[in-house]
Amino acid sequence: MSLLLLGLGVLIGGGLLAVVAGRWARSANALGAASAVAGSGIAAVPVAGVLVSGTPLPDFSWSWNVPFGAFTIGLDPLSAWFAAAILGLAILAAVYGAGYLAHHADRKLLGPPWLFFNSLVAAMLLVVAARQGVLFLMAWEGMALTSYFLVTFEDEDCSVREAGRIYLIASHLGAACLLLFFALFASRASSLDFTALAAARAAGRLGETLAGVLFLLALVGFGAKAGFMPLHVWLPEAHPAAPSHVSAVMSGVMIKTGIYGLLRALTLLGPPPAWWGWVLVAIGLSSGVLGVLFALAQHDLKRLLAYHSVENIGIIALGLGVGLLGLSAGSPALAVLGFGGGLLHVLNHAIFKGLLFLGAGAVLHGAGTLQQDQLGGLLKRMPLTGAAFLVGAAAICGLPPLNGFVSEFLIYLSALQAFREASLATSSGSVLALATIGGLALIGGLAAACFTKSLGIVFLGEPRTRSAAEAHAPGWLMTIPMLVLAAGCLLAALAVRPLLAGLTPVLAVVLDQPRGAIARGLAAAEGPLSAVVTASLAVLALIGLLAAIRRGLLRSREVQEGATWDCGYAAPTARMQYTSTSFVQPLADFFAPVLRTHKHVHEPSGLFPDAASARTHHEDVFLSGLFSRSYRGLSWLLSRLHWLQHGRLNLYVLYIALTLVILLAWQFGLGEWFDQCAAWLAARPTRLF
Amino acid sequence: MSHANEFSSFFPAVFALLLAPLLLGVINRTKAAFGGRCGPPLLQPYYDLRKLLGKGAVYSRTTSWVFRAGPIVALAATVAAVLLVPFGPCGAPLHFAGDLVLFAYLFGLARFFTVAAALDTGSAFEGMGASREVFFSALAEPALLLGLVAVAKATIGGAGGFELTGLHQHVSGALWLDAGLVLLFVAVALFLVLLAECSRIPVDDPNTHLELTMIHEVMVLDHGGPDLAYIVYGAALKLWLLSALVVSVVVPRAPHPWLDLGVSLASVFGLAVVIGVVESSMARLRLTRVPQLLVGAAVLAVLALVLESHT
Repeated sequence: MSLLLLGLGVLIGGGLLAVVAGRWARSANALGAASAVAGSGIAAVPVAGVLVSGTPLPDFSWSWNVPFGAFTIGLDPLSAWFAAAILGLAILAAVYGAGYLAHHADRKLLGPPWLFFNSLVAAMLLVVAARQGVLFLMAWEGMALTSYFLVTFEDEDCSVREAGRIYLIASHLGAACLLLFFALFASRASSLDFTALAAARAAGRLGETLAGVLFLLALVGFGAKAGFMPLHVWLPEAHPAAPSHVSAVMSGVMIKTGIYGLLRALTLLGPPPAWWGWVLVAIGLSSGVLGVLFALAQHDLKRLLAYHSVENIGIIALGLGVGLLGLSAGSPALAVLGFGGGLLHVLNHAIFKGLLFLGAGAVLHGAGTLQQDQLGGLLKRMPLTGAAFLVGAAAICGLPPLNGFVSEFLIYLSALQAFREASLATSSGSVLALATIGGLALIGGLAAACFTKSLGIVFLGEPRTRSAAEAHAPGWLMTIPMLVLAAGCLLAALAVRPLLAGLTPVLAVVLDQPRGAIARGLAAAEGPLSAVVTASLAVLALIGLLAAIRRGLLRSREVQEGATWDCGYAAPTARMQYTSTSFVQPLADFFAPVLRTHKHVHEPSGLFPDAASARTHHEDVFLSGLFSRSYRGLSWLLSRLHWLQHGRLNLYVLYIALTLVILLAWQFGLGEWFDQCAAWLAARPTRLF
Repeated sequence: MSHANEFSSFFPAVFALLLAPLLLGVINRTKAAFGGRCGPPLLQPYYDLRKLLGKGAVYSRTTSWVFRAGPIVALAATVAAVLLVPFGPCGAPLHFAGDLVLFAYLFGLARFFTVAAALDTGSAFEGMGASREVFFSALAEPALLLGLVAVAKATIGGAGGFELTGLHQHVSGALWLDAGLVLLFVAVALFLVLLAECSRIPVDDPNTHLELTMIHEVMVLDHGGPDLAYIVYGAALKLWLLSALVVSVVVPRAPHPWLDLGVSLASVFGLAVVIGVVESSMARLRLTRVPQLLVGAAVLAVLALVLESHT
């Protein structure tokens, strides 16, 4: 535990030093990145220890002056699972950030962004390690604030400020629910310590209704951070605005703290009723399908990736929902597969989404834009970035032999298990399996459409603009983290056994069952997963074999180069290529009722047509319909109170005085006197008339 | 897997790898017979493959290594899928609970690289084909998976894992009497998926020379030589695999392994004749109609599952 605290100290201290060194931008940059790597590396030692040994570290408690309890932190396998993802991605993002921010050195102070980055990592670490409500909320708030300052790094841009504002409001709506969650929970327990909360639940002091209310509060509070479907609106705004290494951390791991919080809340709330599982399955399906549909329609690469985070959070929620249903039906097999798939997807998504955001950052850095329709042919100009992006794109589509397939496969297995589960009613088991399998298959197909699009339009073909043609490859500091993550996509798919072994103690915490029972449940998945590994190796071997045969065949033959065959047309230009808009047009038309496509078409007409143009725009139904409308209502309601705010200072002083008088009256027992008056009046009703 | 000990489990793979191009020959001969021609020899696809493998190659200056990797990865994924599909009396070499998911996703891998290679040429035609391919396959994928799951549930229900081999070995005459409607729905759904995935009429036309109307063929316009041989062979393998799946759902296992093998082989080639008949007697659907066909297939698969759950 001391190493964990030391790591936190190095992170914060290094960040402060970077601010002090702010005037010398290069040293501030180096100092910030080095302390982020060092601090995360130090903290990773105990985390790795917990994951390997499977035994939690004893809680560390320090009674500080903050009201409502001590500074209590602990590290059990569940915390360590998320902490491992956080620290691993933080180290790589810091290395990348050192290269990325160096280009801003001449026009911005680099100390503050590093302080905020390091504090963000420290806050995320504290969120997963906190064992006390107030500390948890403080870390949660710290996470929201530091990431807000990182999102608004380029605050000279109006749209970035707007994105930051939306993000700040969304995080605080969620945090309000969490405040209520802990307050309600603590009203039934002796303190805000997690152990006391769990003890209160075990003593049966939570009624069924209260537990349900607490679940919903946790769902909204943590779901706002994770990006569950109607609460996702901040993601596509905030992630594109942030610098890319920050988007990678936010999308790869920060939103997962929402999943962590939900899981921790579930362990505190005890055995779930079935409807909790159904709610999560419904959220998972809607987030998954709608997330990928919205992603499909985006023109901006980072917005597209942000919507894909919504989709992947949906897949995770689907796994957790199936797991909860298994838990409520008393079926460990279903619970282990569902939760196992969800937790594995947390790790896998951190790897490939981190990679894709870093790749998008390299595109922005090299070509100056993220508008897909203005890019093209970047693979030739930044070969390593393009290759890494290709691996990440295939992984996020859940294709074998990469890691996305393994976790989705586990969730498929859980759905198939639901068919056979005697403890579930036949009809509900079938509905669950049908929804999960159909949903995952549709999500997979649409994700493939989406990522062949962004890969093909951005990296393949001919450059569509001058800036794309003159794009340059990023430096080694930015390239190496991407290559490491790309290798991680393959390794995590092949190293199934160690991953399952690491998952066992985590699931034991989540399901509150002995490790032996979990291992038995996972053993059912081990055979199929080993076979998947065999098949993946077979694919890789076949690729090698077929490539060798092709090379052998072509060795002694004539291999020419020519223009692309355009059906007899000899002078094709880059503008004739399919664009991202035209690529998804059939899909966008098919799903038009959901996507609300707005087309602005100016067709050529007349004998002497002028310039024609076509533009499409997709609005987020939830942002424009749900949130904007309810906020308009809210602001109308609040504007009714405008007469209170008139600018006359003497009246304001009067408000203050009146408030004080009322409070004094309350304090000195006048409340009781009023009560007595009321009782006296009630006793003599006739004398009034 | 009652007969598995008499036949090596590598038989299905050997049959698929050797006989797949013959399916194309049978389809072409059927279409020729309908058109009143005598048509190309049955072994013509093999001659074509040999000729293509013996040629050099021309690459567009626009393309990168992704274009060259496309056919290789697509064929590798398809050959890996061969390892998962049982045939006749033999189980598949690789079978495990949930292998039908891997089967569908291996086709996904092949498609991902084929589409990427098409976009790498920077040609408007190939972009158009790629766009249509990802659209239709996104709709076909749920139909394929749900159909397989439905028949797996009907055949092995609660007992074994959901694996293709188990599914295949348990289709019997008794099952047809018992859950005939389920099997019929799934068979129709899988047949529609086959027509779409293997780019046959009424979804796509493998023969047309009018690039605007095509999906799969237009995506591979720029490939030539050994690359094109890989693509043609991969397409034949895919046709074989999906035909074998449809046949294993429709045709009950025969009592004797040799009889079973003969019946299965005859059924696969019979299915090729049926495809030929469909292609000769139908026009290609308008592109806007194709999604309805595929959604219809998915609905059939869902219906089969619902029926199965309530019997």
